[in-house]
Parts: sequence; structure tokens; C-alpha cells
Amino acid sequence: MDVLLQQIVNGLVVGSVYALVALGYTMVYGILQLINFAHGEIVMIGGLTSLFAAKGLLAMGAPPLLALLVAILAAMIACAVIGVLIERIAYRPLRNAPRLAPLITAIGVSILLQQLAILVFGRNYFSFPELISKAPIVFGHITVTLNEIVILLTSFGLMAALLWLVHNTKVGTAMRATAENQKVAGLMGIDINKIIAITFAIGSGLGAIAGVMVASNYGQAHYYMGFMLGLKAFTAAVMGGIGNLWGAMVGGLILGLVENVGLIFVRGDYKDIFAFVVLVLVLIFRPQGLIGERVAERA
Amino acid sequence: MNPTLDVKKLQVAYGGIKAIKGIDFHVDEGELVTLIGANGAGKSSTLRALSGLIKPAGGKVTYKGQDITGIPSHALVGLGIALCPEGRGVFARLNVHENLLMGAYARNDKAQILTEVDEIYTMIPRLKERTLQMAGTLSGGEQQMLAIGRAMLAQPKLLMLDEPSMGLAPLMVEKIFEIIRMIAKRGTTILLIEQNAQLALEHANRGYVLESGEITLTGDAKTLLADPRVKAAYLGG
Ligand SMILES: Nc1ncnc2c1ncn2[C@@H]1O[C@H](COP(=O)(O)OP(=O)(O)O)[C@@H](O)[C@H]1O
Ligand SMILES: [Mg+2]
Repeated sequence: MDVLLQQIVNGLVVGSVYALVALGYTMVYGILQLINFAHGEIVMIGGLTSLFAAKGLLAMGAPPLLALLVAILAAMIACAVIGVLIERIAYRPLRNAPRLAPLITAIGVSILLQQLAILVFGRNYFSFPELISKAPIVFGHITVTLNEIVILLTSFGLMAALLWLVHNTKVGTAMRATAENQKVAGLMGIDINKIIAITFAIGSGLGAIAGVMVASNYGQAHYYMGFMLGLKAFTAAVMGGIGNLWGAMVGGLILGLVENVGLIFVRGDYKDIFAFVVLVLVLIFRPQGLIGERVAERA
Repeated sequence: MNPTLDVKKLQVAYGGIKAIKGIDFHVDEGELVTLIGANGAGKSSTLRALSGLIKPAGGKVTYKGQDITGIPSHALVGLGIALCPEGRGVFARLNVHENLLMGAYARNDKAQILTEVDEIYTMIPRLKERTLQMAGTLSGGEQQMLAIGRAMLAQPKLLMLDEPSMGLAPLMVEKIFEIIRMIAKRGTTILLIEQNAQLALEHANRGYVLESGEITLTGDAKTLLADPRVKAAYLGG
């Protein structure tokens, strides 16, 4: 029982990070029907950028909290800029091409970003400084760290903020309108290229923060960290119903829970299997995802 | 004085096939002009070319003396041109209120926008009753009303409507035309594209008849209504 509770807590922490990454996949899919396979690499760049920014700031004598905040900001800016550039350079010219073309391009961009990361940062595993305490805090039978609590709260805060933005602001409404019908959105005076760029910037910014979280939680970052994480978050997005914000969040949390609760029964080396078993099961039994709602569209 | 909309030798092609073969027409300020024609005549193609949804293959479009040929559609709204597209094009997963607000996207005068949303609700009470309902769950006629209301929130000087009566029951068509009449009365210049020639000509000042991408007849709406050629081809007798 205690083990189960502990794994649920661990699952929520990991799952909330999956959810943030899954949102990036789902937002882009929602607006362009494109699976941006490079999104995992964005997360990786977020992790590495923040790591080096934080180390640099600490070396200059900055207090850990300031180093963390600046590192997050640096990662977000770097990732948002890269995300927007990818859309502009790689995806936009293919917007009316057959669907396979941008998909293959996305895989190409993903490899390109990995190679760029190797060029800029190298192939090493770098250790992420402990900016928020990772000393165990014991609540009854479960143990958490302050770092984990901050991750969980920040993720939920960001998810709430995103939902608010998408449903209660002009730009958010324009994002939904553009996702539904780009031509008509254009007729409303919406510059859809701008809205798409904003979508990439927001998705990448969330991915950057997820990268910081992963790097800080595991205490390291490396050029390959985005691959498995991206794949899992994509799984989470599909599981929830790709294109659907709630789906990505619920999918991420469920995946984190399944993985960590599953660890009670299976050796740690097999942990990654769960994500893909879940993916296959969802694709077989509920291809539209758990939250695959569709509003009737009558003519 | 310049006409509000002046179209010269407009051509539209899909691949190599010419759908519009160089047509001329104009709409003067305050006029309600209709472009009528059978299914496939090229009515929507004309509107698409006017509204930046496709690039014309040739010709020139002038709005109040300004060349707007091939301008991207999001830039038109700022000039005062709004289009109600064929098939209404409401955002099914946005509610009625959000759809209306999207019509005012290019504007920033929030208080005035909300006042005008209320005006639309007064003019079209059905929308007010459904303000928080997803547009996709509205009936076809309600969606058309929403599409027109949404276009009005752009404060257009020129409103272009593509077959607002399409697929609607006669009673609903009456209601839609009543709304169009009210908008015209308020001074908005209107270009109305219709297959329903009878109704369109009854409401319009002038009309053009489009056949296979060419304008074959033009004139005063009353004259066209009485024209035997129009009667034979479009008015069932
Ligand atoms: N996207 C398209 N691709 C190819 N041909 C088209 C396309 N849209 C319309 N057409 C053709 O252009 C002609 C005019 O169509 P359209 O403008 O939609 O007519 P209308 O609106 O008067 O019914 C038709 O012959 C139609 O088949
Ligand atoms: Mg048509």
C-alpha cells in the first residue's frame, strides 16, 4: 500500500512533465495536423540550455533561485525561437504538400537538432546543479523532494494558464478558430501565420520548461534526452486524443502513473515498455484517444 | 467618384481550366448588387478571387480606387471588406459569442465591439438565445445568421455574401433576406451571390447573370426579373 502511494506520487510528478511536453505535440497537431517529431529535441535543448545557463550563473556567484529563474527564461527564449524558426523554414513551405512530406521533414529536423546539440554542447552527460533542494521530505509513508513538489505545482499552474489563455483570450480564441478553419480565420482578419508562429512559440516554451524539469529531476542532461521523452509524450498525446488539450494533460498524467505503478510489478529496466504497450492498446481499442470528443458539424 | 468595388477582366483558373473568363462588374456605394448564376457558373470562384482566397489568373480588382488584386484575405478586413463564405464557415467548436468576436478580430475598441454584439443580438434574437452554444450545434439557418452577424462585426463598408440561402428551408431563407435587407438599409454596400435568382433580384438594385464563367446579362434588377431570358433560365418559366 505504501509502495503504491509512493509510486502514485512519483507517477504524478513524471506524468505532469509528460503532459507539458504532450501539449506541445497536441497544439501543433491541432492547428496544422502535423506531428512535430522535433518537439522532443526542443525539450532537450531546453534542458541543456538551462543547464549551461545555470552553471554559468552559479559560477558568477548568482544565488541558486536567481540562477534557476534566469536559466528557465533562457531555455524558454531559446526554444521558442528555435520552434518558430523550424515552422518558418521547414514546415511552412510544405503546408499544402502531401502529409507524408512534412512528417519526414519533422524527423529530419529532429536529427538535425540532435546534431546541432552535439556541436554546441558535446556528447557528454552533464550534471544539472541542485538549484532546489532534493533532500527527501517524509510525509507519513511517502517521500518527496522540494524539487518534485515545485515541478508538480509548476506543471499544473502552466496547464491551467494555457487553458485560460486558449479559452479566455482573443489570441487563444483565434488559435482555436485557426485550428478549425484557416481560410475562414483569414477572412476574419486573423493573420494565420502569426497565430501558427505563436502556437509553436508557446508549445516550445512549455517544452523548454519541461526540459528544465527533467534535467533537474534526474540531475543531468544530454543530447539524447529528448528522444525517449518525446516519444512518450507523443504517446500521451495520442492516448488522450491528439489535438485536444485536455487529452494531452490527462494522457500525460495517466502515462506517468501507469509507468510508475507498473514498476511495482516489473523490473526498472522494463519501465519504458509501458508507454508503448499503452500506445498500442489505445490505437487498437480507441484510436481517437480517451477524450476524442467531436462536436457535431451540421451544414 | 470611384465605385466601391470595380472588377475588370477578372480571370480565375484551376490548373489549366478557366473557371472565370475575364468578367467586368462594379458595385457602387450603398448599392445591393447581385451576381446570379446556376450551380458551377463560377460565382464562388469570383468571390474567392475577390477575397484573396485564390490568386486571380488575370484582371484587376479595385476597392475605392485602391488596387486590391490578389491581396491576402486577412488584409481585406482592415480595408472594410467582409465576406460570408459559401457554406457559412462558422467555427463549429467556438460558441456563438466567440464566433461574433472573431468577426471583430481586426478591431481593438472592445467596448464598442460589445455594444455592436448586443446590436446583432437585438437584430437577430435567435443568436442571443444561443450565445454560449457551440456554433456547430446550430441549425443551418442559424449558422447563416451567425455568419452574417460575424461579418457585420468587422464594420464592413462592403459586405460580400456567397449563397446565403443555400440549403435552407423557404421560411428560413425569408428570414435571412430580411436580415440582408436591414443591413442594406443601414447603408452597407452589398455584393450578393445567389442561385436563388428570384429572391436575389427582388432585393437587389442591379444584377449580373453569370454563365460558365462569363457575364451574359446585366441591368437593373427589376428589368432582369422581367427579362424572358432570365425567366426561362432561372425563374422556372
Ligand atoms: N478547387 C477547384 N478546383 C478545380 N475546379 C474547381 C474548383 N472550385 C471550383 N471549380 C470549378 O470551377 C467552376 C466554377 O465553380 P464555382 O465557382 O464553385 O461555381 P458556383 O459557385 O457558381 O457554383 C466549376 O466548373 C467547378 O467545377
Ligand atoms: Mg458556389
